[in-house]
Amino acid sequence: MNVYAIAYKNLLRKKTRTALTAGGIALSAWVLATLLGFNRGYQQGLNRDIDNMGFQVLLTAKGCPYEAATLMLKGGTGLRYMPEAVVKTVYKNPEVDRVTPMLMHGVFDPDKGENGAVAAYLGVDAGSFPEMKPYLEFKQGGWFSDNNAYMAVLGYEAAELEQREVGDKMLIPGVDKEITVAGVLKRSGSQDDGTIFLPIGTVQNIFNRKGLLTGLGIKVKKGADISALENRLYDLPDVQVVSMSAVKATIMNLVNSARVIVLGIAGIALIIAMAGVVNTVLMSVMERYAEIGIIKSMGAMPADIFRMIWTETAVLCGLGGAFGIGLAFVTARLADAAVRYFLPYAPNGALVALDWRICASAFVLIVVGGLASGVYPAWRAARVRPLEAIRIEGEQ
Amino acid sequence: MPGDPVIKAAGLTKVYSRGAEEVRAVDGVDFEAFPGEVAAIIGPSGSGKTTLLNMIGCLDNPSSGSLVVGGRQVFGAGPLSERELTAVRRELFGYVFQKFYLIPTLTVEENIMLPGAFYKAPGARDAYEVMKLLGIERRLHHLPGQLSGGEMQRVAIARALVNSPKVLLADEPTGSLDSRRTDEIREILRGLASGGIAVVMVTHNLELARSADRVLEIRDGRVHKAK
Repeated sequence: MNVYAIAYKNLLRKKTRTALTAGGIALSAWVLATLLGFNRGYQQGLNRDIDNMGFQVLLTAKGCPYEAATLMLKGGTGLRYMPEAVVKTVYKNPEVDRVTPMLMHGVFDPDKGENGAVAAYLGVDAGSFPEMKPYLEFKQGGWFSDNNAYMAVLGYEAAELEQREVGDKMLIPGVDKEITVAGVLKRSGSQDDGTIFLPIGTVQNIFNRKGLLTGLGIKVKKGADISALENRLYDLPDVQVVSMSAVKATIMNLVNSARVIVLGIAGIALIIAMAGVVNTVLMSVMERYAEIGIIKSMGAMPADIFRMIWTETAVLCGLGGAFGIGLAFVTARLADAAVRYFLPYAPNGALVALDWRICASAFVLIVVGGLASGVYPAWRAARVRPLEAIRIEGEQ
Repeated sequence: MPGDPVIKAAGLTKVYSRGAEEVRAVDGVDFEAFPGEVAAIIGPSGSGKTTLLNMIGCLDNPSSGSLVVGGRQVFGAGPLSERELTAVRRELFGYVFQKFYLIPTLTVEENIMLPGAFYKAPGARDAYEVMKLLGIERRLHHLPGQLSGGEMQRVAIARALVNSPKVLLADEPTGSLDSRRTDEIREILRGLASGGIAVVMVTHNLELARSADRVLEIRDGRVHKAK
């Protein structure tokens, strides 16, 4: 028999109350772990998406930088164009390793979905684009080799959606041109999964955009000064420079602003849970007032009583915290889906990335918060005077 | 006289202030208890007997007077801190209350071992040994709610004995029991005293008081009769 066993058994006296309090703590732990996991997952996903682009700097025609970012990350429309000649200008910079020109075009397809939708085609250079994306693997077929061929490579999801395989023909709506599927990519977990790739010359021909580009991906030499290159590119007329690190920082700034609000809410949830702990433990102390007095009359020192009550708080918070973190693991996919539904842009991959560090941080935070809230009830219990406690009980 | 007293109280007084009025709950009481003896404090309700017992048991501070327990000056030579009083209580006393105060979620064995969770006296006894002494060894794993009143009081006595106290203080130990259980408890207390413990009890039960070696009758806080 020891103080810890007594504390544990005390918690079993009012099982429902103990369960409800632990439930409140679990809820806070769940919110906290999920939020911390989201922060990490989002950052990892964003890094992965941007790294998977294969280039560190993107040139687009002058326009809204957020639109440019969306173009890169999601394949948006409402496009502006820049002259193809910019490729040669960019190559003159010593920091540049490789460039890949891109031309995106969207066409309304009345047969897509229930009410029709925009079908987006990305024209890429057969020579440079595959080299910049070495991680892309084919499920079937391969890249086209001619920049003017009427051929297409479909991302994994695009192929699923279009229900096409290598050798199948596809009709480009609006222009009545037929293209043949040359390859279908394996799932990459990036935005490429939903893309239809065509040779850049073909897109320029079909959509009457000869000599025009929507984007130019620039891969910088290893160890080169990206900032110096970006500063020089800023001087080019009619183009805007989108730095991947700047995009990353911009998106993370937006996400961080939202996160501060949500963390505030999590903080409030934590405070409410801690108030619940104070209330429960204090109530339990008051109910056992005489008992605590008797224990003190048997020779328990104030520190013993403090430890006993504090142990009860620690067990409550430990159990609630562990359950909440377990819940965060179980519901990570659900939280992922919910976040994706509400966020205008969410990177690929797991959005709620929980690991042992996050779990340990959330657990420690919950337990420390719980122990802090257990100080007052424990102190009150430690101060119980045996005689006073017995008298009060005797009067009842 | 069986040797030196284990408790020696002289002029113990407890004064409460009720507004401007002073109430002398205990007024200059002298009292001695010896190892191997049963002492009974009797008197009508409100006479101050429980207040006296609480002071003897170091649960309450006297307003004046001195108290020596087990050769240690507890009151009368400067105030003791709460910590020092706790140390005196756990080393010298065992307490039995009318309402038993057993912890409902702990088994009989755990209730008896409860004082040991906070302090293990050098001569501490085994729970089974104490239970056997009190004839409740078969109830070891039962919860208090499964016991009769008499059994619960035996468990409370066992709990008070587990740290081998020099003095057993009992406040109305048979107050909640019928006459048969009262007789059993009387025999138990008598048996403990013959083992060398000083038993001091407060009781309304004159039958129980008559079986004591020493009786102190209190009225209005003062010693009315001492035998």
